[in-house]
Amino acid sequence: MRLEPEPLIFEMSSPGRRAYTLPELDVPAAALPEGYTREEVNLPEVSELEFVRHYTHLSQKNYSIDTHFYPLGSCTMKYNPRVNEKAATIEGLTQVHPLQPQETVQGSLELMYNLQEALKEISGFAGVSLQPAAGAHGEFTGVLMMRAYHASRGDTKRTKMLIPDSAHGTNPATSAMSGFSVVQIPSDRRGNVDLEALRRECDDSVVGLMLTNPNTLGLFEEHVLEVCEAVHACGGLMYGDGANLNALLGVARPGDLGFDVMHFNLHKTFTTPHGGGGPGSGPVGAGPRLLPFLPGPVVVQEEGQYRLQAPEQSIGRLKAFYGNYGMFLRAYTYIRMMGPDGLRQVAEDAVLNANYLKALVTPYFSLAIDRSCMHEFVVHGDIPAAGVRALDVSKRLIDYGVHPPTNYFPLIVHDALMIEPTETESKEMLEQFAEIMRQIAEEAGRDPELLRSAPHVTPVFRLDEVRAARNPVLCYKG
Amino acid sequence: MAYLPATHENRRAMLEKIGAPSVEALFSDVPSAYRFPPLKLPKAVSEMEILDELYGLALKNKSTGCFATFLGAGAYNHFVPSAIPALTSRGEFLTAYTPYQPEVSQGTLQAIFEYQSMAAELTGMEVVNASHYDGATAMAEAALMAINVSNGKRHKVLVAPSIHPQYRQVLRTYLPGRQAQVIGDEDPSASLEDLLARLDGDTACLIVQNPTFFGDLLPVEGLAERVHAAGALLVVVAVPVISLGLLVPPGRYGADIVVAEGQPLGAGLNFGGPYLGIFATRDSYVRKMPGRLVGETVDTEGRRGFVLTLTTREQHIRREKATSNICTNQGLVALTAAMYMAYMGKAGLRAVAELCYHKAHYAAAEISQLAGYRVLNPGNFFNEFVVACPRPVAEINAALLEKGILGGYDLEQDYPQARNQMLVCLTEMNSRQQIDRLVAALKTLAEVKP
Repeated sequence: MRLEPEPLIFEMSSPGRRAYTLPELDVPAAALPEGYTREEVNLPEVSELEFVRHYTHLSQKNYSIDTHFYPLGSCTMKYNPRVNEKAATIEGLTQVHPLQPQETVQGSLELMYNLQEALKEISGFAGVSLQPAAGAHGEFTGVLMMRAYHASRGDTKRTKMLIPDSAHGTNPATSAMSGFSVVQIPSDRRGNVDLEALRRECDDSVVGLMLTNPNTLGLFEEHVLEVCEAVHACGGLMYGDGANLNALLGVARPGDLGFDVMHFNLHKTFTTPHGGGGPGSGPVGAGPRLLPFLPGPVVVQEEGQYRLQAPEQSIGRLKAFYGNYGMFLRAYTYIRMMGPDGLRQVAEDAVLNANYLKALVTPYFSLAIDRSCMHEFVVHGDIPAAGVRALDVSKRLIDYGVHPPTNYFPLIVHDALMIEPTETESKEMLEQFAEIMRQIAEEAGRDPELLRSAPHVTPVFRLDEVRAARNPVLCYKG
Repeated sequence: MAYLPATHENRRAMLEKIGAPSVEALFSDVPSAYRFPPLKLPKAVSEMEILDELYGLALKNKSTGCFATFLGAGAYNHFVPSAIPALTSRGEFLTAYTPYQPEVSQGTLQAIFEYQSMAAELTGMEVVNASHYDGATAMAEAALMAINVSNGKRHKVLVAPSIHPQYRQVLRTYLPGRQAQVIGDEDPSASLEDLLARLDGDTACLIVQNPTFFGDLLPVEGLAERVHAAGALLVVVAVPVISLGLLVPPGRYGADIVVAEGQPLGAGLNFGGPYLGIFATRDSYVRKMPGRLVGETVDTEGRRGFVLTLTTREQHIRREKATSNICTNQGLVALTAAMYMAYMGKAGLRAVAELCYHKAHYAAAEISQLAGYRVLNPGNFFNEFVVACPRPVAEINAALLEKGILGGYDLEQDYPQARNQMLVCLTEMNSRQQIDRLVAALKTLAEVKP
């Protein structure tokens, strides 16, 4: 990790310096529109070498999957294969305008069709739209489809979305954005949806339930069939948050279990890179009841020709054009390279790795819920006797060259550390991580300040977040 | 199996440590009737084979490299300097997550801070967030924000019919939850004056695109004042964003929110995505703003550093009270745009914008001299303009395609009254020779009897 401070690109600017080259103007210059032109755009002026060094230096101030173990729970930080990046830069597949005549983009449409079909098969849904750009965008899509379904039946009194207390924040935010009120359903002692509490809320005002399965505790919902039945019995619909689908590849298909609609995260399960926050891709799969409402267009095939078509009662467009196509190329490449057996092996190894790591770590950090886990598990990351919090353990992990697990989530576990090793980490790496956790627990007893002041090996130490929020500096002021 | 390091021996040893008899036993919570369904997918292939398959699919496409391209309409064929993909593809940027742990994410955080700063300069605004999915979703979120700024008391979103049709479609998809209605574009010929006449106490915002979908430069003098007098916000869709290298940015004429499609800033066409939603507003509205924000602060040693800030607006903190549900954004494309702006710099962005402008005006002048063709833009335009053609655009485009020319957008698809009207787009990628070829081909097509 690079420790030297890197100036802002504005601070490197020298008047008149430049990196770009452009062809000379080869047509007569037209008069510029009087009264419409601006003063100069005050962008930096740097040489190409300065430019390259700046961004290379910045990159060296990141932990990433390529450089460090990254067991960030719920984010599925698995290896992002290099061939995916090659797929996403094949000129004939990428230098393509979205509004070209469809006969000139048959290759792109065929790939999208094949990806739709593969995702249908993996999930057990009747149809898939690739349009949503991210998980939360897919949730929004799914909830709007649920809304449209009820509206199409004249059933307009349904305004209540049921959401377990272990859910990601996007679930309630999405429901609110779709005009619904949120009713939180508690979890039981085994980390499942509390069935009794759920049944008490199931009435004719229920839009549906948004369920992440495996949930954010890394646990498979033990009563998933009963949950689906209860929600369906009151006329509600089941939304599946596919954030944790990695554990279910070839293991169970949400469409078979009774979910009506679900989003995929291609950037979690299907190895498209997270890119420092995006782009992701959040295709949505729908069962028979919600199929007509999928956002459009989707790709259909007729006599070997592929074309774009909006589903019958489509909720409309969720974005311009067809989705984050660059991610489709990567995800498709991955699915083809793994095949059906490989995908099941992914889920098996992800779950095996998580359970192995859980066994290695729990002597030092206690489990939130003591059950066999799926792809991730949650421990209490604090060491009360030493006055050490989960955050301190997280920051100390950085000193050992490990990206911290997700901390303080799910909200129902105090001092949560949510650990997801993924299937692409080796047994040796897991053992190394467990050993680091052991050492940190020991350090906490011996020298808690070492943890509370961590990290010590980074270009900056702990940052003043209160100051950042109280007096926001959101852009360079010169 | 590709990418899986576990050996049989590893798996056996791990199971032993866990105390599980088999891997299958770890899945006993899954209802047995549905456990381990066989997946009917093609069997695994090697890297060599998948690349062959992909190259085969590429052969079924015709990429813009095969054509002289005159198609824009929201996605633009610009040059991408080689240094940019070389740097965005670095694993440290590509394979990092959202920078929630700032000490090990200063690279991403500083780069996004620089993006926010450059995009603010470009739009003439005070604050830019760390991105939306694309220009269309950014516009929809701007409308939601305008409604929130009115504390939900205003219910009308007034839109110009000269906004990109797909953007207006996305807006309509986004709004059902807000008891709001989209008006203004019922009459496709409604003028800015017509729209302003509809402002009232229930109007949350007026949204205009400048340059318009037809390429026209909007007369913006007094626009914001009139919108503000009605208590509404002015939202400007700055598409194509390269125009801001030359034209007065919306921040200078009083826009409250500016959104743009950032794809032209180094991202390539990619058949429609991933693109970049640029979202800018004024400091006074920052706490109503959706999306992530990076702010500057100091560490325990007083050194400058960057963090995600004002997170109490966001879903992971505020849940159903968040300003938006957005989580994953288009971070790497924002990084790409930052790099493009830094690489082109002050002079380069202006130069690209001027090349687009001059080439478009040359092409328009040449086409307007052809018998049977008329350029319809009433005043000045940036790099797109509307041509009335002597025959249906679909016919013309089919003929152009055979000559290796990707013609303009057929406006009749979205505007039924725009019969035989083509939206032609020019960028720095179009040489004079290409333009002359287009003009010659159009001339021939006017002469041939259908």
